[in-house]
Amino acid sequence: MSVDTKTVARIAHLARLKLPEEKLEPLAGELNQLLAWVEQLSEVNTDNVAPLTSVVHVKLPQRPDAVTDGDRRDDVLSNAPDAQNGFFAVPKVIE
Amino acid sequence: MSNLTDLTIAAALSGLEKGEFTARELTQAYVTEVEKGRALNAYTTETPEKALEMADAADAARRAGTAGPLSGIPLAIKDLFCTKDVLTTASSHILDGFKPPYESSVTANLWRDGAVMLGKVSLDEFAMGSSNETSFYGPVENPWRTTDGKSRVPGGSSGGSAAAVAAHLAAAATGTDTGGSIRQPASFCGLAGIKPTYGRCSRWGIIAFASSLDQAGPIARTVEDAAIMLRSMAGYDPKDSTSIDTPVPDYARALTGDIRGLRIGIPREYRMDGTPPEILDLWDRGIQWMKDAGAQIVDISLPHTKYALATYYIVAPAEASSNLARYDGVRYGLREQGGSLNQMYENTRGAGFGHEVQRRILIGTYVLSAGYYDAYYLKAQKVRTLIAQDFEQAFGKVDAILTPTAPCSAFSPGEKSADPISMYLNDVFTVPASLAGIPGMSVPAGVCGQGLPLGLQILGRPFEEETVLKVGHVIEQAAAFAGRPTAWWKEAA
Repeated sequence: MSVDTKTVARIAHLARLKLPEEKLEPLAGELNQLLAWVEQLSEVNTDNVAPLTSVVHVKLPQRPDAVTDGDRRDDVLSNAPDAQNGFFAVPKVIE
Repeated sequence: MSNLTDLTIAAALSGLEKGEFTARELTQAYVTEVEKGRALNAYTTETPEKALEMADAADAARRAGTAGPLSGIPLAIKDLFCTKDVLTTASSHILDGFKPPYESSVTANLWRDGAVMLGKVSLDEFAMGSSNETSFYGPVENPWRTTDGKSRVPGGSSGGSAAAVAAHLAAAATGTDTGGSIRQPASFCGLAGIKPTYGRCSRWGIIAFASSLDQAGPIARTVEDAAIMLRSMAGYDPKDSTSIDTPVPDYARALTGDIRGLRIGIPREYRMDGTPPEILDLWDRGIQWMKDAGAQIVDISLPHTKYALATYYIVAPAEASSNLARYDGVRYGLREQGGSLNQMYENTRGAGFGHEVQRRILIGTYVLSAGYYDAYYLKAQKVRTLIAQDFEQAFGKVDAILTPTAPCSAFSPGEKSADPISMYLNDVFTVPASLAGIPGMSVPAGVCGQGLPLGLQILGRPFEEETVLKVGHVIEQAAAFAGRPTAWWKEAA
């Protein structure tokens, strides 16, 4: 499997990363180098092996479905690059 | 009182208790050292006023008889821990100006116990790196230099933490370890650093890199200090669903010096081709110290060791790519304008993340994308199961495992940054334990031919940090590592 510049551009768009044209080629090279290196995992027989999902052997804790916190609008907005009238403001999405 | 900053935490606590000096005096001494140490670039944010205020509160608590177990001890905090109203950057441009309106659970625990915050210390951007060269705020320099005066990296990602503690710009520091980011810088800077069992310290309020691996721990000058720090940092936190509800022992009490009869495993797969002879010699010396102390040496096998790094470099970027999706220019940090919402996201993330972070986001997005998920991500998660099983089986035969911490001493700035795989190989001995979630510690055990510190790593069963610390303490005693870097940064000040 080899990654070309078109693929890098596609992944970059999926990841919402703007990459300058001149970075695509070197990044394709780096990704290919890394993917070739991790290819060694195909040597390992993983038939009938379950994927590891958690290293801690506990049941996920549960709590009552109740509001325990709130009224923190100003805290939540305090770091926003653009907050208006108690909301996060973003470029227009709907005309 | 010129050498208050030479005291260990244990000695400083005893001096404070006896009234030989106040927390304000101790803190002021560190604040002065922090100013003189700016050439190291360890601190990204200094908080001297807050430090003195906290020190006064510690002095008042001691007078009132309500002093906590860390009352008056000045610490550096890795800038990955959210600190209320204090700039928190993860060493990334994308978090420009971010002042969290909340405190991470680990730092809250430290302040509860009376500790004092000197400031926030640098790291590799979003904890991605093994040299502290990827910080947006510039590289941190290792206080240690070669015998012929050459600069070295402090290791990473907790490079600012390690540099600050080694240069006595803090009594100890918090770190986080995802694939070795506490243990490797501790090794490079001649310090004791422990990554506890996954789930021992709360991850709440720590900026996430790879959630299934990230774990907080201390970097300190001695094993005893690391034990004192860990006791305050650890503990159940209902705000972190992976936090484990089990009592926290008084770790310092485990340092009895008695490891007679303990079975110490030596994994044959860690004797890798190309490991420098001085690293193998140090390991052999460590094995001899174990025998001299009455422990039993057991040869063990961890057959999937060679696949750990490749597994890690699929799992960690995959988790990072989803964790870092939250940095989009809407809720905090940097925003770069764009004609549409998508353009604004892309411009912000393109400008805000450095090269290493972008590379890992791309790899992570790729291995999680349709068509490649099974071949890469699922495969890696299965190999991860086998790596964890290797340790489970080994711990049926032994009580702890001894290995080198890193395959080299601290390297030169720029030496490895051009080749990501050579940089990633630094973590070859630390990553397997991270994947398995077990505790691991690095203890300074010797120096290399160039006069730089070298560490040995001790691994233990889940939640048996006491055994790890006990063995680490015996190595520390046997190695009698007394070295200290010459304070060249003071001349630069």
